[in-house]
Amino acid sequence: MAPHTEQLTRPAVQLRGLTRSFGGRTVLDGIDLDLPAGQFTALLGHSGSGKSTLLRAVAGLDHEVAGSGQLTAPGRVSVVFQDSRLLPWRRVLDNVLLGLDGKDAERKGREALEEVGLKGRERAWPSELSGGEAQRAALARSLVREPELLLADEPFGALDALTRIKMHALLRELWERHRPSVLLVTHDVDEAIVLADRVLVLEQGRIGLDLTIDRDARARGEYRLRLLAALGVTEDVR
Amino acid sequence: MTTTTVSTAPPLAKPDPRPDRRVRRRRSLSPGKRVPAARLVGPALLIVLWAAASAAGALDPGAIPAPWTVLDTGAHLWTAGTLPDDILTSLQRAGTGFVLGLAAGVTLALASGLSRTGEALIDGTVNLNRAIPTLGLIPLFILWLGIGETFKIAIIAIVVYIPIYLNTHAALSGIDSRFVELAEVQGLNRLQFIRQIVVPGALPGFFVGLRLGVTGSWLGLVVLEQINATSGLGYMMFQAQNYGQTDVILVGLVVYGIFGLVSDSTVRIVERRVLSWRRTLSS
Repeated sequence: MAPHTEQLTRPAVQLRGLTRSFGGRTVLDGIDLDLPAGQFTALLGHSGSGKSTLLRAVAGLDHEVAGSGQLTAPGRVSVVFQDSRLLPWRRVLDNVLLGLDGKDAERKGREALEEVGLKGRERAWPSELSGGEAQRAALARSLVREPELLLADEPFGALDALTRIKMHALLRELWERHRPSVLLVTHDVDEAIVLADRVLVLEQGRIGLDLTIDRDARARGEYRLRLLAALGVTEDVR
Repeated sequence: MTTTTVSTAPPLAKPDPRPDRRVRRRRSLSPGKRVPAARLVGPALLIVLWAAASAAGALDPGAIPAPWTVLDTGAHLWTAGTLPDDILTSLQRAGTGFVLGLAAGVTLALASGLSRTGEALIDGTVNLNRAIPTLGLIPLFILWLGIGETFKIAIIAIVVYIPIYLNTHAALSGIDSRFVELAEVQGLNRLQFIRQIVVPGALPGFFVGLRLGVTGSWLGLVVLEQINATSGLGYMMFQAQNYGQTDVILVGLVVYGIFGLVSDSTVRIVERRVLSWRRTLSS
C-alpha cells in the first residue's frame, strides 16, 4: 500500500522496549517501533505525551535521562528544531555549513540554499530573515548533510498559517527528491495527514494508533476523525 | 440609499467647530532626532566657560590656570621637559600590565568556563581575589617584588584581569544550551564547538570586560604613580603638587583623559567590527 515498497525492506530506525522516565514518571513505556527506510512518518500526541522525548532519544540527545531499551538509528541523522536555531554570528551560508567540511562543502551549501528558495541570501545575517526564511535555512542545514534520517520536532509550530502551508509543500517536495526517512513530531492532525504516509499517535507512553495514509484516497476526513478520536478530541460535525 | 442616513450627524449634537477634522499627529514622546557630534557639545561648552571666566579674571590662576596657560605649559614640558619620557613610561606600565591581565583573564575564563574541574579550581579563587581591593595589595606586593616596575605591572594586571575574567566567564556560562544541542546534532568536535560556538557566543561579554579592564588599567596607573614612583605622569603631577604648579597637574590630567578616551574608542571600534552581526539588530 505504501509507495516504494522496495525501499521499505530494511528498517532505518528500530526501537525495542524503549523506556524513558523523568523523576520517576514514565514518559515512554516500552515502545516497539520500526521505521522503514525512506518512509515519512508523523508522530502525534498531546503536549507532554512524550513525543519530543522519543525524538530526542532517536537523535541521541537525551544524555541525562533515565531509561532502558534498544535503539538503532542510521549514522547520518539531521534534526530540525521548532526554532530555526541559526547562530546569530554566522551568515546564512556559514550556518548551513556548520559542522561540514570538505572542499565542495560550500558548493553543496549553496545548492541546498537554492533548493529551499534562499538563493541570493547566502550573505544575510540570521536576524535579517523572516521566520519562514529562517526555517528554510534550517532545512537547508539539515539537508546538506544528506541525512538517512531526518528528525523534525514541530518544525513549523512557530510559523504563521500561510507560511506553514508553503513549508509543507517544500518539505514534502524535498523528501520526494532526497528520500530520507522522516520522523516528524507535531500536534497538528492536519499537518500529519498532509505530509506523512504513516501517522503514529503516542498515548501514555505507548503507540496508541498506527495509521497508514493512502495519499490518493479521498478519505482525509475519515483519517482526521480517527486520529482526533485517538487523541481524545471529539468534534461536533455539522 | 442607506448611506445618507448613516453618515449624517445626530441633529441635537453641537456643530463641530472644525467640520472636516483631519487626523492629528500625536505628540511624539521620543527625544527626537540625534544631533551630530552631540557628545562633544557639553565638553566644548565647559571649555568655553572656563576660558571666558579666566579671561574675565573670575578664576584664581593659582587654583585654576587659564586653558592657554595649560597649553603653554604642556608645550613647554613636551619640548624642554620630561613629558615625552613620562608619557612613555606610563604607557609602558599600563600597556604591559593590560596585556598580561588580558591574557590571564581570557585564559582563566576559558579554563573555568569549559571544564567543571577548572571551574572548581578557578572561579571561587578569582571571586576571593575580587573581594580584596587590589590597591590594598600594594604594601604586600612591594615587599614581595620590590618597588620597581614589576610590582606596578603586577598590580595593573590584577586590576585588569578581574573584570575581563568575570564578564567572559559569565558570557561563557550563559551560552544558550540550545546551541550546545545544535553542535551535538551537527557533529561538531570539541575544538570546533569552542571555536565556532563558544568563542563567538562569549565575545559580547568579553568586550564588556575589556572596556572595564582598559578603564581599570588607567585607574591603577594613576594610583601607583602618585604614591610609589620616581617617573611617569603621576609622579610628574605629584611633584607639581609639592611646588604648587596647578598648570602642570592639569596637563597631566589632560593627558590621562586623552589616554582614556583613545583607548576606550579603540576598543569600541574593534567591538563594532567584530560584533558586526549585532549591528543589524540595533539599526
